[in-house]
Amino acid sequence: MTKPVIIVGASMGGLRAAEALRRFGYAGPITVIGEEHHAPYNRPPLSKEVLAAEVSHEAVAFPQRESTADVNWVLGTRVESADLEHGTVTDSEGETHAYGTLIIATGLRPKRLEVQNAELIGRHAVRTLDDAIGLRKDLKPGARVVVLGAGFIGCEVAATARKLGCEVTVVAPGSHPITRPLGVELAKELQRRHEAMGVKFVMKTSVTDLVGTTAVEGVVLDSGEIILCDVLVEAIGSHTNTEWLEGNDLELSNGVLTDNDMRAVKTSGEAWPNVFAIGDVARFANPLFDDEARRVEHWNIPTDTAKRVAQVFAGQTQGPFAPIPSFWSDQYDIHILAYGLLALADEVKLVAGDIQGECVFGYYREGKMVGVCGIGMRTTVMGYRKEFELK
Amino acid sequence: MTIKIEVDMTKCQHYGQCVFEAPDIFRLNADDKLEYTAEADDSELANVEAAIDVCPMQAIFIVK
Repeated sequence: MTKPVIIVGASMGGLRAAEALRRFGYAGPITVIGEEHHAPYNRPPLSKEVLAAEVSHEAVAFPQRESTADVNWVLGTRVESADLEHGTVTDSEGETHAYGTLIIATGLRPKRLEVQNAELIGRHAVRTLDDAIGLRKDLKPGARVVVLGAGFIGCEVAATARKLGCEVTVVAPGSHPITRPLGVELAKELQRRHEAMGVKFVMKTSVTDLVGTTAVEGVVLDSGEIILCDVLVEAIGSHTNTEWLEGNDLELSNGVLTDNDMRAVKTSGEAWPNVFAIGDVARFANPLFDDEARRVEHWNIPTDTAKRVAQVFAGQTQGPFAPIPSFWSDQYDIHILAYGLLALADEVKLVAGDIQGECVFGYYREGKMVGVCGIGMRTTVMGYRKEFELK
Repeated sequence: MTIKIEVDMTKCQHYGQCVFEAPDIFRLNADDKLEYTAEADDSELANVEAAIDVCPMQAIFIVK
C-alpha cells in the first residue's frame, strides 16, 4: 500500500496543501490531522465578524471542493511527536501513522501573559473559532475591556469591542499601535482614529499582574497603576507549534527552517527530501527581498507555500519561489491593504493622498521599495504591487 | 460549458486580490469598487478558483 501524504495541521494551510496536491496531479492517499474539532475555517473574521454577531462555523468554514472529497480528515487529534528517520508521526490517541511525505502546517498558538494568578476567568486570546465565540459572550455593552497588545489583532479586537459599546483600553509596550510594520507616522494616525472612536491607549507600558479572585477585575501596570476591567484580551504575539518535532534533525529556532522549495532543513543545512513546512510556522528566505529566512504571518502565505509544495511534489516548479506578501486589516471604516515586507524599511514616506483621509505610504530599504500600504486608494496600492514581482 | 460566478457584495471589501488571479472576470472601477462578469467559459475555472482562494473576505462563489 502506498504510504500517504500526511499533513499535520488542519487549518487553511493544511486544506490548501491537500487541494494543491490534487490540482497538480497527485491522486494518492492524503491524511490531514488537526487538533481543532472544526473543519478548516477562515481566521481573519474571528477578530471582527465573529465577535460582532452570532457567526457560526458554517459562515467561516472554507468550502469543500470535490477534488479533496477523499481526503482522510482526522480532527480533534493532536500530533504529539514525529520520527522523521522512520517516517512516522504519533498522535494523542497513541496511534502511529506512517507517511511517505510529511507536510508540517501546525501554525501558531497565542502567547499568554505569565502572571502568578493566571487562573482567573475573563481572560481571552483570539486564535481559534472557540476562542472568538468565548470572547463574544463577554463583550457586552458597557463592559470594561483591556486589550493587551497593539498589533493587528489587538487593534481589530479593540475596534470591534468599541463598536459593540464596550469601554476599551489598549495597553502595549510600543509607542503607538502597529508601529511595526506600519511605521511611526501611519501608526500615530491609526491611534488618532481609534481615540476619536473612544478607545484609550496606555502605551510604553506592560502588565505585571492581574487583580481578581475568581474573575479578572483589573490589570496591574509596571507603573503600579491599576486599570479595572471585566474582560482581558491578550494579543501579545504567538509561539510556533513545533514542540512535536523536537528530537529530530531539524532547525527549529523560530519555526521550521525550509529551503526555497519549502523542504524542512536539517541542522547540517541539507533538506529532508520528503518533509515540507508551510504557512505561519515555516521560515524561509524570499528572493524578492534577500537571503534571510523569515516567518511571514500573512494570510496569503499558507496558500502560496502550499501551492509551492504541490508544484515541487509534482516536479512542476518554474523558477524560484518568491511570493508577494500581502495583508489587509479592517478597523471601523479603516481598510488597510499592503504588499511587501514593510518591516524591512529604513525609510517610510507618503506617496499619495492625505494622511487624515485616504493615503498610501511607500516603504524603502536603501532606496528600493520593499513595501506599500494604503488606507483606501486600492487601485493606487495595487499599482505598486508590480514593484515586488521578481525581475 | 460555462460557469456562473457570484460575489456576496455584503461581504466584499473591494480589496481587489481577485483581480490579479482572474483579470478577465474581476476588476476595480474608477471608484475602487469591485465589478465582475457573472458568467464565464469553463476555461476560467482554475483562475476563478484561485480568486476564491485569495479573497480576504471569502466572498466569491461558483454557483452550481
